[in-house]
Amino acid sequence: MTNSASTLDHASAEKPGEQMLTNQMFGFWIYLMSDLVLFSAIFGTFAVLCHNYAGGPTGRELFHLPYVLLETMLLLSSSATCGLAMTAMRDGKKTLVIVGLALTFALGLGFLSLELSEFHRMVLEGAGPGRSAFLSAFFTLVGTHGLHVGFGLLWMAVAIVQVGSKGLSAPVQSRLMRLSMFWHFLDIVWIGVFTTVYLLGVL
Amino acid sequence: MRRRGKGYLFFIGLASLGIAAILGGCSKVVLLHPGGPIGNAERNLIIEAFGLMLIVVIPVIAMALWFPLKYSASNKKAVYAPKWSGSLRLELVFWLVPVAIVAVLGYLAWSKTHQLDPYRPIEKGVRPINVQVVAMDWKWLFIYPDQKIAVVNKLVFPVGVPLSFMITSDTVMNSFFIPQLGSQMYAMAGMVTRLNLKADRPGVYYGQSQAFSGKGYADMSFQARAVSLGEFEGWLEKVGRSPHKLDSLRFKELQKPSTANHVAYFSNVAPGLFDLILRQYAPMGSMSNGKVPATTIDILKSAAGGH
Amino acid sequence: MFGNLTLSAIPCDDPIIMGAVAGSILLALAIVALITWLGKWSYLWNEWLTSLDHKRIGVMYLILALVMLLRGLSDAVMMRAQQALAVGSSQGFLPPWHFDQVFSAHGTIMIVFMAMPFIAGLMNIVIPQQIGARDVAFPFLNSLSLWLTVAGALLVMVSLGIGEFSQAGWSGYSPLTEKLYSPGTGVDYWAWAFQIAGIASLLSAINFFVTILRMRAPGMNLMRMPLFTWAVLFTTVLMICSFPVLTVALALLSLDRYLGMHFFSNTAGGNMMAYVNLFWMWGHPEVYIVVLPSFGIFSEVVATFSGKRLFGYKSLVYATGAITILSFGVWLHHFFTMGASPDVNAFFGLTTMVIAVPTGVKIFNWLFTMYRGRVRLTVPMYWTLGFISSFTAGGAAGVLMGEPPADYVIHNSLFLVAHFHTMLITGTLFGLIAGYSYWFPKMTGFRLNELWGKRAFFFWLIGFYLAFGPLYLLGLMGMPRRMWHYSNPAWHPWLLVAAGGTALIVIGTFLLLVQLFVSIRERETALDPTGDPYDGRTLEWATSSPPPIYNFAEIPVVSDIDAFMDLKEKGVAYSRPAQYHDIEIPKNSGAGFLIGVLTFLLGFALIWYIWWLAASSALAILLLVIGRSFNDDIHRIITAPEVERIENERFEKLEAARCGRLAGTNLSFGLGERSKT
Repeated sequence: MTNSASTLDHASAEKPGEQMLTNQMFGFWIYLMSDLVLFSAIFGTFAVLCHNYAGGPTGRELFHLPYVLLETMLLLSSSATCGLAMTAMRDGKKTLVIVGLALTFALGLGFLSLELSEFHRMVLEGAGPGRSAFLSAFFTLVGTHGLHVGFGLLWMAVAIVQVGSKGLSAPVQSRLMRLSMFWHFLDIVWIGVFTTVYLLGVL
Repeated sequence: MRRRGKGYLFFIGLASLGIAAILGGCSKVVLLHPGGPIGNAERNLIIEAFGLMLIVVIPVIAMALWFPLKYSASNKKAVYAPKWSGSLRLELVFWLVPVAIVAVLGYLAWSKTHQLDPYRPIEKGVRPINVQVVAMDWKWLFIYPDQKIAVVNKLVFPVGVPLSFMITSDTVMNSFFIPQLGSQMYAMAGMVTRLNLKADRPGVYYGQSQAFSGKGYADMSFQARAVSLGEFEGWLEKVGRSPHKLDSLRFKELQKPSTANHVAYFSNVAPGLFDLILRQYAPMGSMSNGKVPATTIDILKSAAGGH
Repeated sequence: MFGNLTLSAIPCDDPIIMGAVAGSILLALAIVALITWLGKWSYLWNEWLTSLDHKRIGVMYLILALVMLLRGLSDAVMMRAQQALAVGSSQGFLPPWHFDQVFSAHGTIMIVFMAMPFIAGLMNIVIPQQIGARDVAFPFLNSLSLWLTVAGALLVMVSLGIGEFSQAGWSGYSPLTEKLYSPGTGVDYWAWAFQIAGIASLLSAINFFVTILRMRAPGMNLMRMPLFTWAVLFTTVLMICSFPVLTVALALLSLDRYLGMHFFSNTAGGNMMAYVNLFWMWGHPEVYIVVLPSFGIFSEVVATFSGKRLFGYKSLVYATGAITILSFGVWLHHFFTMGASPDVNAFFGLTTMVIAVPTGVKIFNWLFTMYRGRVRLTVPMYWTLGFISSFTAGGAAGVLMGEPPADYVIHNSLFLVAHFHTMLITGTLFGLIAGYSYWFPKMTGFRLNELWGKRAFFFWLIGFYLAFGPLYLLGLMGMPRRMWHYSNPAWHPWLLVAAGGTALIVIGTFLLLVQLFVSIRERETALDPTGDPYDGRTLEWATSSPPPIYNFAEIPVVSDIDAFMDLKEKGVAYSRPAQYHDIEIPKNSGAGFLIGVLTFLLGFALIWYIWWLAASSALAILLLVIGRSFNDDIHRIITAPEVERIENERFEKLEAARCGRLAGTNLSFGLGERSKT
């Protein structure tokens, strides 16, 4: 009780502008938690449907682990470059931030292209999302993650422009921090996808 | 304020009238006049649970009437304690009384749910009448697999013999329900649910779908006749003489949506028709290892993850 | 060009629908004409549509809720009228396809577009003031939530005249909602309207969660928060954890319908039970999402009008918390009859009963708040007392249904309908109307007429008992819900009684409108010059009515649960600060409104497969969001002298009110014992 009172006094001692930025960080955290609930619901649905092949192909027949491993490596290293950009931001090195973000963008784009070409191959093989409940759940789970990555890329492009045009102002920094939270979050979700969908699907 | 008191008297009068109508034994309140042991046990449970809850409901309603009148702002004689906001003793009562009641109700819930499990055969060792129930758009198909007959929208069965239903759907979800015999059970495509019932007294009961299923839902009712064993055998013979056979062609015709269907009798039902209906919606399809779910129970196990 | 949309989508041959459409269009035209005639377009745009002021946004939410209440109520009237007529060979006046749309729309509207906006409205108006804040954490997000909700509501309204609404019930069980069984646009209208409103609610929940946790006045630690704030905090937790599940359920259903996937279909391995589980994993918390805020309102109302500190504050907080947690563990009781094992059913039956314990505790605490108080029987108290007794009885019916074997016979019957209407009408709606009456002076600066309010209450209460009492009985008579006609003549008399009860509710609702009208016309006689018309206990009464845009010129310091009462007792409630400071407030923004409009277009385009429109409105939304993110100049300053001018005006008014009271005119309504201080 006394604890929360003192943090509060601290909070109200902040200037309104600062308070808004901390609120935004906190609010974004809460959004990420709700996004986690969203992914959990899709994971749950996948778990229910993951053996309903309806006579169609199974994960073992469809997935190529080395390919997925490559995707994973791309996404994981994009998190590392994103971390670099954040360190550069803390040091106030504007150009380095842009370089870091651009690298992250490129790696993320690589991940997304690999994922889309995997989807494309599967649809061509007759294993599209309408083939069976298993495939519906697969495309939706992986696709929802992919959609998030897509929005992340868009955000990153906007961020690069903003860093370029506005410099590392307080609001821009706050946005960059949220972007990096989002990006790391997507990484964690991908680990879940990789394990439950691909590894368990093939093993 | 006076008006409020009167208003409440009116409501209490109305409520007791309603309850009196129920307790008065109006035979149209079918759930309170069951025709079999399951319905009977469920009726008793409703009354017991309701009675237990009155222990809380009546004092609450009394206090909701009494306190605002007694401590009304116009009553300056009443005690006024604006800062009095807690009492450990009262709080304990507030928590413990509901806990005690819920404990009793919970015990009832646990034991009765197991005792009245729809999947549980009513009498062990007695051969039940088997009926396979298929919900269709918008009619009920009852297959008597042992007698190789089928009936649309009419269920006939002997009094005093347990009934064992296997229930599925050839369309959207429905719920198979004969109110006076007790428990309802969902009918879902590709899955089998089970229900065990029994009638103790002969009569014409009313059966219906209890889960909304589209345009023809309101007319998805059927007659459920509990008759003597002799009468039942006579009826089986009558249906067995029906010129209509239920083969896959005739079944396709039956699948077409239709409302307010008349009763129809079929003899010579194709064996395994029920499994065939189920198989249309089997979630695994033919699995990659070439195995096909062999029995309905297999499908059931894989689909419902239980039983 | 127009996708699947053709002229034949307009049901020109149905006089009932066309009447409703013509009525709605005429009303809309009349409003447009009135605004034009008064020359108020720029006022409307600058002061309301683009406003980021939480109080204005709250009022707009309330207007939406009122409009949708009228729409949902007319659906209810049609259902009751149909069932009062359609017995035996009579077909009534609604064919099944229309009746099915009516009950689907009624449920969807009342939960998603009436109860939720009503709650959001009261939250917006009250929460920042109650915690001593100047605004919510994210004012723009707040405006966005409002306009997204409006977009969803508009989709439901448009479905009336263009195409059709869902015929598969508000819960939209698959596979009935699959394309195979519902090929029309109805389910798509339902799903998109629901989806958009759900996202709006989620954004709103995040906003208020952050607001309450981060923006409280100094000294207001968690255990000093008013009960309404507590209730809303727990509600937002429920929303944050449950709404994403709804989003998933509806999205997967839409994927089935649009892209031919097989999540919930009968064929190709779909599993309809997955939908039912997902839906109720949101749906049961949702029940508490709409009832907890009302519980909070009752807590405030009872304490204020009993002139007494709330009894068992901690108990109430813990009980609310317990309800919040338990509400995630009961969803399966919506389908005990799906054939789960007795262990599973019994477990969920137990959790269902356990949740009744904290609810019971709350009721006792409200009762004992009145005990040894000075109870003023005002309109909000009428609604509260009507709630306590009806809700307890309805709750008992709920616990009864928590016994799985009892549910096996009552499930999906009119008994169930009666039960959840008891919970939602007396639990949710009575609370919301109590809150509306209670906080009305705070929104407008004048009080609502008491006499008309009491009349409305009695029509509602008696109507409610007459409309739903018979439904309990009909459930025991074996009548299922959602029947457009029936053949059992024994049901008929009771359905006539229920129709009569509904007529009284309609009159009650009309009287609420009369109350509003009379109160506005006679506002001069019921002004609230002090901002504290009831001798209130919490901080929202420390501001003037209506408050200035910044609420508090100086943020109060809290040292008690009844923060404002405490300040009054210390004699510092109305002290002027030594010095005023500049106050930063958010600038207006039209982006929220525009995104709302574009989202409506996006939804409409998706429903009718107008792909170019869908793509371009989605793109426009993206561009607007990106554009807004480039704008860092989102605040404006109210300078200290300006604040001082506004505050001086307020203190003049206060002074005048005080003199008036001394001269014998009882301006401060209902001020009981404490007026001496």
